Amino acid sequence: MNRSDRLDATFTALADPTRRAILARLALGEASVNDLARPFEMSQPAISKHLKVLERAGLISIGQDAQRRPRRIEAKALEEASSWLEGYRKFWEASYERLDALLDELKPRPKPRRRTKR
Amino acid sequence: MKNTGTLKVETRGDREIVMTRVFDAPRELVFRALTTPELLKRWFGPHGWTLTECEVDLRVGGAWRFVSKGPGGRTMGMRGVYREIVPTERIVYTESFDDWAEQGSALITTTLVERDGRTTLTCVSLAPSREIRDAVIQSGMEHGAAETYDRLADMLAGKAAS
Repeated sequence: MNRSDRLDATFTALADPTRRAILARLALGEASVNDLARPFEMSQPAISKHLKVLERAGLISIGQDAQRRPRRIEAKALEEASSWLEGYRKFWEASYERLDALLDELKPRPKPRRRTKR
Repeated sequence: MKNTGTLKVETRGDREIVMTRVFDAPRELVFRALTTPELLKRWFGPHGWTLTECEVDLRVGGAWRFVSKGPGGRTMGMRGVYREIVPTERIVYTESFDDWAEQGSALITTTLVERDGRTTLTCVSLAPSREIRDAVIQSGMEHGAAETYDRLADMLAGKAAS
């Protein structure tokens, strides 16, 4: 997979709330499929399907324990996805913060507020 | 000023970027700030960039033109044409960067929804191709890279908690 395909797989994987919740759980530490299925009202096969999407995107991997086959988060893939959109967000957030201040200034203020109570 | 919520950025499908942001102001004001050159010059642009040229011909078929100056005297020019205008509600326009003009234009749809005096701005940017969309995000990333970012793990943890 080239960078673009990889990012595509990553964002497809992250587009689903269940998969984001699974990642949030795995951010705390590795977990077996059973552990992951518990908080969701979902069958194990349904969870396994989500795990496969995450695995294909390189967001999670399977740990050493051959019996439990715990899933764990792949920090490198997360960082790549994070920096990609986060930088873009920052780019716009600076503008919008200035817009906040401007809108505040444009708003009519019927009652001027007092700083101190008497 | 209250916390007006953070900017949400998502990709949708192959060619879209969707941004959502809440402003603590009625939509008439937000619309004015988005379409009035004197006001645009006061807020538009990332850190370190100022909008020096701003022309807005706010009618269907009318053109817009922005030029921003950044660090080290760099300039960034953008232009486009308004396709649809519903005052205070919706603006649809094309957008192309001077540097990538030959790659075609993106189609931007900005929608304003007001509720309890606050306005949710949704900006959908439809790129001519996935490659262009990714390049646009990439360039935004380079601009924003000077600032540290939280790990996505933190973000996801926050999301799961809310």
